[in-house]
Amino acid sequence: MTGASQTIHASGPARDGKIADRLARKRRFQNHVVQGLCLFATAIGLAFLVLILATLLHLGVKGLSLGVFTTVTKPPGSNGGLLNAILGSLIQTALGTAIGTPIGLLVGTYLAEYSAGSKLGDAVRFVSDVLLSAPSILIGLFVYTLLVTPFGGFSGWAGSVALAVIVIPIVVRTTEDMLRLIPVAMREAAVALGAPKWKSIVFICYRAARDGIATGVLLAIARIAGETAPLLFTSLGNLNWSVDLGKPMASLPVTIYQYAGSPFDDWVQLAWVAALLITFGVLALNVLARIVLRPRS
Amino acid sequence: MSQTANPPRRRGSIGDMIFQALATGAGILVLVLLGAIIVSLLIGGLPAFRQFGVGFLTGADWDPVKQVFGSVVPIYGTIITSILALVMAVPIAFGIAFWLTELAPNWLQRPVGIAVELLAAVPSIIYGMWGFFVIVPVMAEYVQPFVIDLLGDAPGIGFLFQGPPFGTGIFTAALILGVMIIPFIAATMRDVFQTVPPVFKESAYGLGCTTWEVMRAIVIPYTRISVMGGIMLGLGRALGETMAVTFVIGNTNRISGSIFGPGNTIASLIALEFPESEAGSLKLASLMALGFMLFVISFIVLAISRMLLRTGART
Repeated sequence: MTGASQTIHASGPARDGKIADRLARKRRFQNHVVQGLCLFATAIGLAFLVLILATLLHLGVKGLSLGVFTTVTKPPGSNGGLLNAILGSLIQTALGTAIGTPIGLLVGTYLAEYSAGSKLGDAVRFVSDVLLSAPSILIGLFVYTLLVTPFGGFSGWAGSVALAVIVIPIVVRTTEDMLRLIPVAMREAAVALGAPKWKSIVFICYRAARDGIATGVLLAIARIAGETAPLLFTSLGNLNWSVDLGKPMASLPVTIYQYAGSPFDDWVQLAWVAALLITFGVLALNVLARIVLRPRS
Repeated sequence: MSQTANPPRRRGSIGDMIFQALATGAGILVLVLLGAIIVSLLIGGLPAFRQFGVGFLTGADWDPVKQVFGSVVPIYGTIITSILALVMAVPIAFGIAFWLTELAPNWLQRPVGIAVELLAAVPSIIYGMWGFFVIVPVMAEYVQPFVIDLLGDAPGIGFLFQGPPFGTGIFTAALILGVMIIPFIAATMRDVFQTVPPVFKESAYGLGCTTWEVMRAIVIPYTRISVMGGIMLGLGRALGETMAVTFVIGNTNRISGSIFGPGNTIASLIALEFPESEAGSLKLASLMALGFMLFVISFIVLAISRMLLRTGART
């Protein structure tokens, strides 16, 4: 730009205006092109979301019926439903959350309250961040080695534990972030009243950070409800009715995997229904989580 | 803090000790967890490493009948799909982040931001199913025949676009992966773009810069380390993605020159072959060994990503 202004100074007054004009036009044009491209990129991103949801609605809704929720999965051609898959998903998601949340909460507390400046704290934070994005199929392989091989078979327990491993780093991240937002004055007030540190954390900080922590838990539930890969080698899926955690257990994502790839039209239809249920469930949880967080942000 | 903690025999000091021990123990548990994942995959894969040695890394065969297993094809598939996915996702993610931070009207920022985040929340199996039933037919009928006709005979690069239009294959897998990682990269970029001090941008605007010039001359240089971190995060996600890829990649253990050719990735191979592997078999060990390598690759990429994001945040 300095080069351009020197040119302007070097030339006569009649040319100055023209050059400045041309330069400004070029810069404005460039700006408009980039802005247009960015709008286009955003439109593409949104289009994918709309396209996926529209496909699910288009192909899923027509398969919805009461039978889907009251009948278990059956062989092709015999009007099966998804009852056992829905129930299996609910059980394993609930158990995974119940196992993973307290651990994640404690780790987050450790990082925010006890780890200041320590090497151990840095290491835990680093490892937790890596686990947050680690391939979930490897967590399935790990739990397979840990729980399936030694205990003689696939089980709902193994599936729940695999999901819990995914929950932990999500809860750790939000818990630490939220606890760090608590004002020092609040802790000082608790200490001034003679409360021991653990009491000030549990009764003051947790309460103040409640919404944020709840958001983390909701996001974790949403994430594991749709996980397929870690369940393939742990709870395996089960086409029969079973709520026994010691046995293979059905789940919606694994059922989708089995049905969508099958050559039977009614199974594929049920897979779309399952996909519709799981996606809108997961998206609803995400929106809910963001509403919960909103007053704080 | 230390002043309040020191007075001797305060009430609740036992509670404090227990609570601190619990929290620290949970922290250590996370370390143990990561260690256990690595060790279990390594031990599980040891028979394969022992049997084939370096050949496991250089062999292109995956033959359960002859009991010969090599990892070149899935590793190639994993890397090539992830890089292609990045090539497609990064410009779009950048556009979204730029639009959200600098161009969008205020009332649109939040809803559009949430919509993009929702794209990340859609389970990967849904992407797989959608890709298989919606994208694959479009690819097979329109996109691939067109591109093959157009570029298949082009000198030099033609081989990249040859072969029958299956619809499935490396390119389709990369496309789906790209869509899946857009929100991760876009969200990171948006967050780091917002960390640029307004004074810097205002000064540039004051000099008469256009929005794009501010972006190029102020925001990008200021955030480039974190932006790289965000891209690496997307790469880390893409490397280990399983279900979506399994549906659309064609699942063939062969390296084809064409980007429309079928292939496989480490994760898709594990997902497909694992259920057919007997406990204690050499095939299972080979899958574990593959899992170990995937973990090492993802670990390195994610570690670099984190390092870049931390460094970027500090400066």
